[in-house]
Amino acid sequence: MTEISMTSETRNQTANRVQIALIIALLIALIFAPFVLYPVFLMKVLCFALFASAFNLLLGFTGLLSFGHAAFFGGAAYFTAHAVKEWGFSPEAGILLGVAGAAVMGLVIGFFAIRRQGIYFAMITLALSQMFFFFCLQAEFTKGEDGLQGVPRGHLLGFIDLNEPLNMYFFALGVFVLGVFAVWRIVHSPFGMILRSIRENENRAISLGYSVNLYKLGAFVMSAALAGLAGGLKALVFQFATLTDVAWQMSGEVILMTLLGGIGTIFGPIFGAAFVVTVQNYLSTTGFPVTVLTGLIFIVCVLLFRRGIVGEFNASNLAVKLGLKSPK
Amino acid sequence: MTDKTLLSVRDLNAWYDESHILHGVNLEVREGETVTILGRNGMGKTTTLRSIVGILRKRTGTISFDGTDLMNRPLHHTARVGIGFVPEERGIFSTLSVEENLMLPPVVSDTGMTVEEIYQLFPNLKERRNSQGTKLSGGEQQMLAMARMLRTGVKMLLLDEPTEGLAPVIVQRIGEVLQTLKARGMTILLVEQNFRFASKIADRFYVMDHGKVTDGFDLAELPAKMETLHEVLGV
Amino acid sequence: MIMIFGIPIQAFLGQLLIGLINGSFYAMLSLGLAIIFGLLRVINFAHGAQYMMGAFAGFLLLSWVGVNYWFALLLAPVIVGLTGIVIERFALRRLYNLDHLYGLLFTFGLALVIEGSFRYFYGTSGQPYETPELLSGGVNLGFMYLPIYRGWVVVASLIVCIGTWLLIEKTKLGSYLRAATENPTLVQSFGINVPFLLTLTYGLGAGLAALAGIMAAPIYQVSPLMGSNLIIVVFAIVVVGGMGSIMGAIVTGYMLGILEGLTKVFYPEASNIVIFVIMAIVLLIRPAGLFGRDA
Repeated sequence: MTEISMTSETRNQTANRVQIALIIALLIALIFAPFVLYPVFLMKVLCFALFASAFNLLLGFTGLLSFGHAAFFGGAAYFTAHAVKEWGFSPEAGILLGVAGAAVMGLVIGFFAIRRQGIYFAMITLALSQMFFFFCLQAEFTKGEDGLQGVPRGHLLGFIDLNEPLNMYFFALGVFVLGVFAVWRIVHSPFGMILRSIRENENRAISLGYSVNLYKLGAFVMSAALAGLAGGLKALVFQFATLTDVAWQMSGEVILMTLLGGIGTIFGPIFGAAFVVTVQNYLSTTGFPVTVLTGLIFIVCVLLFRRGIVGEFNASNLAVKLGLKSPK
Repeated sequence: MTDKTLLSVRDLNAWYDESHILHGVNLEVREGETVTILGRNGMGKTTTLRSIVGILRKRTGTISFDGTDLMNRPLHHTARVGIGFVPEERGIFSTLSVEENLMLPPVVSDTGMTVEEIYQLFPNLKERRNSQGTKLSGGEQQMLAMARMLRTGVKMLLLDEPTEGLAPVIVQRIGEVLQTLKARGMTILLVEQNFRFASKIADRFYVMDHGKVTDGFDLAELPAKMETLHEVLGV
Repeated sequence: MIMIFGIPIQAFLGQLLIGLINGSFYAMLSLGLAIIFGLLRVINFAHGAQYMMGAFAGFLLLSWVGVNYWFALLLAPVIVGLTGIVIERFALRRLYNLDHLYGLLFTFGLALVIEGSFRYFYGTSGQPYETPELLSGGVNLGFMYLPIYRGWVVVASLIVCIGTWLLIEKTKLGSYLRAATENPTLVQSFGINVPFLLTLTYGLGAGLAALAGIMAAPIYQVSPLMGSNLIIVVFAIVVVGGMGSIMGAIVTGYMLGILEGLTKVFYPEASNIVIFVIMAIVLLIRPAGLFGRDA
């Protein structure tokens, strides 16, 4: 949802209605999509869209660039996969365990990373998540390079068979909507406002008496937990968890999705994820080096296109006419 | 002192981001003279200097030095045309020794002083030449900041509040150095709040108020201007 | 068989040497990163890719043009340095006014492009690069066998590191760099072309990475992936050392390389993460880094 511009009452109402209309349109599209496109492909988009939204909570709204979010995404994938496969957890319990595990990791990594700022923060998150990567490489429970395969989807709430593609899809859609809603709620809460003020001017927030580090840590843990939600879901969708999910390239991918879609907007990461997953899907059958394309898109975005798709749209004439503006 | 105009500033407007600071500043400095810009804090004196040097880039108008238009030149060309700038904060580098600080600005003409001559003028700098630049006292750092410009052979020195925060003994010393420079033909544009100091070395004065030059007069007219100045400057 | 701490001395010294060699590369790479960061305030994620390009430059110079190692030692850094200069001049420089994170993201994208391109043409397996004849073979020191090339790497890296340090701390050009790091605007007002200095510095950093790469070629294979995992370890080293100091980067690089080697002897499972663990500890005790100046 986008912030409403503070002009006249009617303009508010129009903007509100436009936004709600857009969201409903999107939801309807998502409900009917599995009948038009492959459910697995759509679920992949949903997982990464949620991952990117979680990441954006930290980057776009708190102003912290984490280069190690794969640890939470992939870590939760491993936790969920293991719980469901080896311990017989139900899918919902498995995902919750993934979220909890990711949150704990977020607490630990965040604790160290927040001791520095800016670039150092990013490098520390990268290094610590790489440490987790090496741990996963060697640990027993992740089965190293093979990863955890054959993860059963199980029965949701005991009776909904998630092996049915449509069941799984709507479950995934539900989780996705829940997750994005959570991000929206956090951003528009008093806590979220303080996060945004920290992003704008950290020193000012400190001088106003806020324990900035606690807020940053809180945002970090929430972002990690929601990334874990995406990861746990992904483990069930694809029924495996591997080292790719915890590799630094994955951390880079989620940054790209967010940057491309639009940092600091609610819809940006969703579109960014959809774009990247679609392109990757399309290119995977050709011999085209996807890494090179990813890198090029990064470079182009950073040099010319920093507001991202949704950001550019919000700044465009069309959006101004509709009364939309991205949250400040 | 000749009649040749060395620096000519016409209708200079300047902005810091969106703030419009200078509203059409007009001033000129003739070769060999010492001109002081007086004015209260925040009236645009430092901004004027920084705009002339080119540190502040958001500006319009004409800035001409020795026949060269400075408006469209990159910052690193200003010194090459012969302008030396000593900022308010002096800008002594902590990662350089005193001597390295002294030798840092490149020589732009052969009219500059040699290192020996500089050390003669500033014996205390010679003594401390291997110390870290910022280990010097405030007054010594000001000497160093001026000294390093002398080596370069610039034709005109822009000094931003050289006596600020310094003890009277040091202020006197700085005055002596400036007199020596004047005798050598250096053109000086000085921003000073210390009115008494300025009156001892300046040939002409400008008064700035709210981003504009509101008055200009010779040293000879100073006694007549004293009362108005006291009001305007709050001295 | 002599034992030390319960390990045969041969094995111990062997690992120590490996640690010292790794440390040599860590030192050279941290040095390059620190120099670039100091002046440009950019974390050069492409440093690992430039290291890899240096190795490949050597490999290609040999296989295409028949240019041997000794010329490659000079040419590879120059070639890669030139690519760095072009990149800085036409792309990186546009980002200086923005949040520093964009510099990191740009160089990250650059690393992906470079690595992806090489991977496309050469796959992921390594190409061998022969040790130059003059440096091949080894010396039996009694308590251990020292391959000459490895000894050369340690000595050469020390020369490079100390030479670079001298360049920065003791020369006029170095004083320009140090001053520009502190106050670039004022230095420019003196008439020094700081933008050009920045371009040269990035080129120098890239060249240093490439030099490390060509030196690494005979030891590790020349592979498109050789830079990417390495660069993350170097980041951790740079966080430990703190980026304010050139000497700090060098010392930390050697130190952590040796420590990693020792860990491999006594606790091999932890050897790939020990540097990260140390980083975590340093962050707790001394967040600015061991030699860091800025917090």
